[in-house]
Amino acid sequence: MTATAPAPRTPVPQGGPDERLVHTSPLRKLMGRPELGSVVGAVAVFLFFSIAADSFLRASSFGTVLYAASTIGIMAVPVALLMIGGEFDLSAGVMVTSSALISSMFSYQMTANVWVGVLVSLLVTLLLGVFNGFVLTRTKLPSFIITLGTFLMLTGLNLGLTKLISGTVSTKSIGDMEGFESAKAVFASQLTLGPVSLKITILWWFVLIALATWILLRTRAGNWIFAVGGEKDAARATGVPVNKTRIGLYMGVAFAAWVSGQHLLFSYDVVQSGEGVGNELTYIIAAVIGGCLITGGYGSAVGSAVGAFIFGMTSKGIVYAEWNPDWFKFFLGAMLLLATLLNAWVRKRAEARS
Amino acid sequence: MSTAVGPGTTPSAPGTPLVELDRVSKFYGNIKALEGVSLEVHAGEITCVLGDNGAGKSTLIKIIAGLHQHDEGTFRIEGADTTLVNPRDALDRGIATVYQDLAVVPLMPVWRNFFLGSEPTKGRGPLRRLDVRLMRETTRSELLRMGIDLRDVDQPIGTLSGGERQCVAIARAVYFGAKVLVLDEPTAALGVKQSGVVLKYVAAARDAGLGVVLITHNPHHAHLVGDRFVLLKRGAMSGSSTKDGTTLDELTRQMAGGSELDELSHELERAPAPSHLGGHPADAEPRK
Repeated sequence: MTATAPAPRTPVPQGGPDERLVHTSPLRKLMGRPELGSVVGAVAVFLFFSIAADSFLRASSFGTVLYAASTIGIMAVPVALLMIGGEFDLSAGVMVTSSALISSMFSYQMTANVWVGVLVSLLVTLLLGVFNGFVLTRTKLPSFIITLGTFLMLTGLNLGLTKLISGTVSTKSIGDMEGFESAKAVFASQLTLGPVSLKITILWWFVLIALATWILLRTRAGNWIFAVGGEKDAARATGVPVNKTRIGLYMGVAFAAWVSGQHLLFSYDVVQSGEGVGNELTYIIAAVIGGCLITGGYGSAVGSAVGAFIFGMTSKGIVYAEWNPDWFKFFLGAMLLLATLLNAWVRKRAEARS
Repeated sequence: MSTAVGPGTTPSAPGTPLVELDRVSKFYGNIKALEGVSLEVHAGEITCVLGDNGAGKSTLIKIIAGLHQHDEGTFRIEGADTTLVNPRDALDRGIATVYQDLAVVPLMPVWRNFFLGSEPTKGRGPLRRLDVRLMRETTRSELLRMGIDLRDVDQPIGTLSGGERQCVAIARAVYFGAKVLVLDEPTAALGVKQSGVVLKYVAAARDAGLGVVLITHNPHHAHLVGDRFVLLKRGAMSGSSTKDGTTLDELTRQMAGGSELDELSHELERAPAPSHLGGHPADAEPRK
């Protein structure tokens, strides 16, 4: 059977629901979802800015907010998956810049079609992900340390190599090169839907959310990701390919970094080599607000999307409310604390109900 | 009673054993973790491995489960010499191990845990997906068959009691066609009633025709269900017997340390009362 619809989620049909489960109300089921905290937060933030900023509810603002959310969200999805798998990637932020730099400089130096550079960039970026995963599985050091190392090395390489090859801290413009227009259409175009103009990153973001959710909930790999993050030794003992799963997760982050990197490049036509530092924490925060446990084994892709959406609303809402953007960080910190507290509470209930 | 039998003289029975260890040793660097241990596992029988902490029970389990490879001796599966490469290899050959504390992933639902590592799928190519309905139904019916009536297969397995979790793990092994079931101290952290429940499932697995290796340090539990007994002490085999050849008292005595216990009680009796218990003795010189 190859129906396109996902498998129905009906519980055991025979005998009907268990009579001991009468008190499982839909509300209680909702409480068990990892996204709950973030959805409540998102609604609160939305209402807050609807009142505080007049222009926040305009259709054009909606497109801007979604765009801001998508640039974070594209990375937050694989970062969330990685976190469910129990690991971090601190190199995710600068990897985006690396990916853009590789693509731009390869095309320029080889005077090749930009698509060649784009594909070379995909290959190299995926290898960076494999490197992270491979070192992790081989050395058994904490991923925090390993990816901190990759982060610093990539930051140095980005600046060093760019200066060495281009002579400045930014790359040369590739705007007039062959294939630029078609690549721009794929990675940085704008779609107009009535009054709303939407960036194509929003589409990439939604596709990634759907794909990640499918993988997590409906494939064997998804089962393995939860297991590896939840109890690595138990996973290994039941025959789950723990190392392959983790390397795959790092490759997922690398793939999203490639998408983001190409967007960065084709939105303009040059790349600043110092960009991306600090973004890795933004992605992690979005995933955590979205209900991912920092210790692994629990979370969702949709949650990370809601987390990214909160980011988008807050960063743009403060602008629309004509406040000093310095307040953005304060908001973020408060949100992170509240979300984590809520998640900890949910987890406690889930674990200690026996 | 056949105490301190020489290596390789485990009581034999007709038919090829499912798993047979013959004078197997394991070294960690210069540490002898296991030396010259022999045991047999037959279909429909329970082989109990008894030993105190540090006796080498865990090492023995890890060799049978494929987590470690033995350094000396022979390891036969259904008569053929083998060295298991990894746990997957052991599983593929029908040896399923249920660990004491790492049998399951607590935050995952029961049905996902049940099929972990061997998930059934349907569809092809990019549409290949978990057969969720089959997984849920099978989990429920298999557990019911073992006598566990679960309220909700969607609840995280961490919310089940220790005994129930052991039973899920056993049911899982039985369902996946294990021929040999290795149980690592399944009753260690359980109360009397829960232990009874788990032992019942162990016996159920035996009656289903599986060969069971039951690791325990509780001779009472071992004697209740065991057909063969292997005693480990400090990495070596200190005894081996069959159900007919031993009694609970003997088993308990051996487990408790046998003659060592006599000696200990003797020493405890004769030991002069200490003049002080901690702190500074009353007659000691005051500190300057």
